[in-house]
Amino acid sequence: MSETAQHSPHHIDVKEFHPRAHEALHNPQIRHNFRKAMDGLMTKRKSAFEGWDLESLRDLGANVRLRALANLPDLLEQLEKKLTENGIKVHWAVDGDEACRIVRDICKARDAKTVIKGKSMVSEEMELNKYLEEHGIEALESDLGEYIVQLAGETPSHIIMPAIHKNTGEISQLLHDKTGTDLSNDVEYLTAEARLQLREKFMNADVGVSGVNFAVAETGTLCLVENEGNGRMTTTVPKCHIAVTGIEKVVPNLEDVTALLALLTRSATGQHITTYFNMISGPRKAEELDGPDEVHVVLVDNGRSSIYQDDELLDTLRCIRCGACMNHCPVYTRVGGHTYGTTYPGPIGKILMPHLIGLDEGRHLPSASSLCGACGEVCPVKIPIPDLLVRLRQESVDGDKLHPAKVRGHGAKRNALEAMIWKGWSWMHARPGAYRFGTNMAARLRKLQPGQMGGWTQFRTSPKLAPKTFHETLKERGQ
Amino acid sequence: MSSREAILQRLRNRAGGELTAPECDFSVLKRPDWSTSERIALFERMIESVHGEVHHCTEDSWVDRLAEILGSRCARNLLIPKEHEIGVKLRSSTLEREDLPHLLIYDEAIESWKSVLFNDVDASITSTRGGIAETGSLIMWPNTDEPRLMSLVPPIHVAVLFASELYTTFHEAMQAQNWKAGMPTNALLVSGPSKTADIEQTLAYGVHGPKELIVLIIE
Repeated sequence: MSETAQHSPHHIDVKEFHPRAHEALHNPQIRHNFRKAMDGLMTKRKSAFEGWDLESLRDLGANVRLRALANLPDLLEQLEKKLTENGIKVHWAVDGDEACRIVRDICKARDAKTVIKGKSMVSEEMELNKYLEEHGIEALESDLGEYIVQLAGETPSHIIMPAIHKNTGEISQLLHDKTGTDLSNDVEYLTAEARLQLREKFMNADVGVSGVNFAVAETGTLCLVENEGNGRMTTTVPKCHIAVTGIEKVVPNLEDVTALLALLTRSATGQHITTYFNMISGPRKAEELDGPDEVHVVLVDNGRSSIYQDDELLDTLRCIRCGACMNHCPVYTRVGGHTYGTTYPGPIGKILMPHLIGLDEGRHLPSASSLCGACGEVCPVKIPIPDLLVRLRQESVDGDKLHPAKVRGHGAKRNALEAMIWKGWSWMHARPGAYRFGTNMAARLRKLQPGQMGGWTQFRTSPKLAPKTFHETLKERGQ
Repeated sequence: MSSREAILQRLRNRAGGELTAPECDFSVLKRPDWSTSERIALFERMIESVHGEVHHCTEDSWVDRLAEILGSRCARNLLIPKEHEIGVKLRSSTLEREDLPHLLIYDEAIESWKSVLFNDVDASITSTRGGIAETGSLIMWPNTDEPRLMSLVPPIHVAVLFASELYTTFHEAMQAQNWKAGMPTNALLVSGPSKTADIEQTLAYGVHGPKELIVLIIE
């Protein structure tokens, strides 16, 4: 995946996080749209878990995911065997480009010109739409939010609600400009128009491409969670269905799905369940009257097997993509999803993207956090996101001897002066004499402290050193 | 080396060594043994909270109720299963009464009548394999008699649910029906009509699938 840096969405430079954050913070529309949406989502999530023993449920969710990861290679083989027995063709892709090629080759073999898509974050990661367009295949998003974002030539700003950064007026104008609908703030009208436009596309598309929420090894079943019905259309109407999924989505048993589903929809949107839970275990049988003749699954690695190597980083792969971490993140709520410049924004993006694009490109991601801990507290599978952020911060300055850095691009933020200061700091704190001398000197020379301290004093008053050291104060109190 | 082998080998030769799988305690998903009437009440509350409509009927009264419901919506036609008793009963009823809409049967492959299904069918009726009270969900296993698109494409979907087949949780339903013994090509949980909140979090129904989901509970 070394080419990803040049090949990120719309060539957004992930490193330019700060200027984008500054711009977003001064955009009242963005601030308002995200604040309103995130406040609503937090309240809904809370009420959806009322009456549940949430801690035990989260423990179960975490254990289900950890059990799956513990047997990942065996489960993938079992899944492949079951899917194949069921008549589904399985493909493996080491990275996004290979996955794109596989999808294109399937389309080519069928002489397919149009692809209709259900929502899939892995396909965003692969930048599948762009790739297919470049190879003469039209790829159209059918989830309403994704459709809006695609019409606008943008990328999703939230993994569950892709168009959350736009308000009704903006969407009405966009649909008017691109599809000729009337200008209207009536959401029902806008939705009905989109229904008509997309129904035509469903009827005529040659191939449907979807994501997968859970892949069940024991039965060879692909599970899709959705509200709109576009996922069912995508996987049923075209003659060929291609499901793309990260290799970490496999679980051993159908039973596991009940726990993850209970957590996923409540954490994501505060729904007890989504309108549709679609379980696909095979193509159309000879006697059946609808459904695709061909079903393919593309198992995409794209950096996941690297994350899998490390005991701590492995927890990143537990994620079930609910988006609760971003809904509860004070940074995400203020800067919005596009500021990150990455496929996955918010806390999960900050711990996942550095593995996909490298810590040199994603150097600002782990630091774009106040470490308040909200993401870790709401995560339905208990990913210790704040700990992982700290770990990646260590990696980005190359850590120390006890914690050797491993992530690609590690050390990108290492600064010789800063490293020297911290070395001196740790030397002083390991020697009581030097420590007393140092703190005494700091107290005596406090008048020499500069008034301006760079970024710190830009928005805050500068901290003042006390006239006496802590030891001196305690001694005076007679302790 | 193929990509398959490369990926599996990387996962097998994990740098951090072998992982231990934790125990999974599913007891948090268990619910007390509720009576059928408690399950019906919960099912009704949950599915109505997501815009589903519930009608209580008996074996003898459901056709009357269906005729009223479809009449009030001015449905011109109704897609029915051919073999299932629902379809059989409707076909025999239509000989005696005139208040039912024109009955259609899904007995040809979709390719031969796609545009009719998408543009000209007003309503469909299907059976269910039971329901789930806790989430207000219908269990459906589409088959040749009731194909996958039957419950998805028409703007009104009517589902028949026997109160005796109402489970409390998804976990319970899956165990009781022994799903792991073999899954159909497509299985579904349906909880309400199709909806979206993608435009400024404002709910709108029928974005791609049915605008209305009507459940006839047979008690």
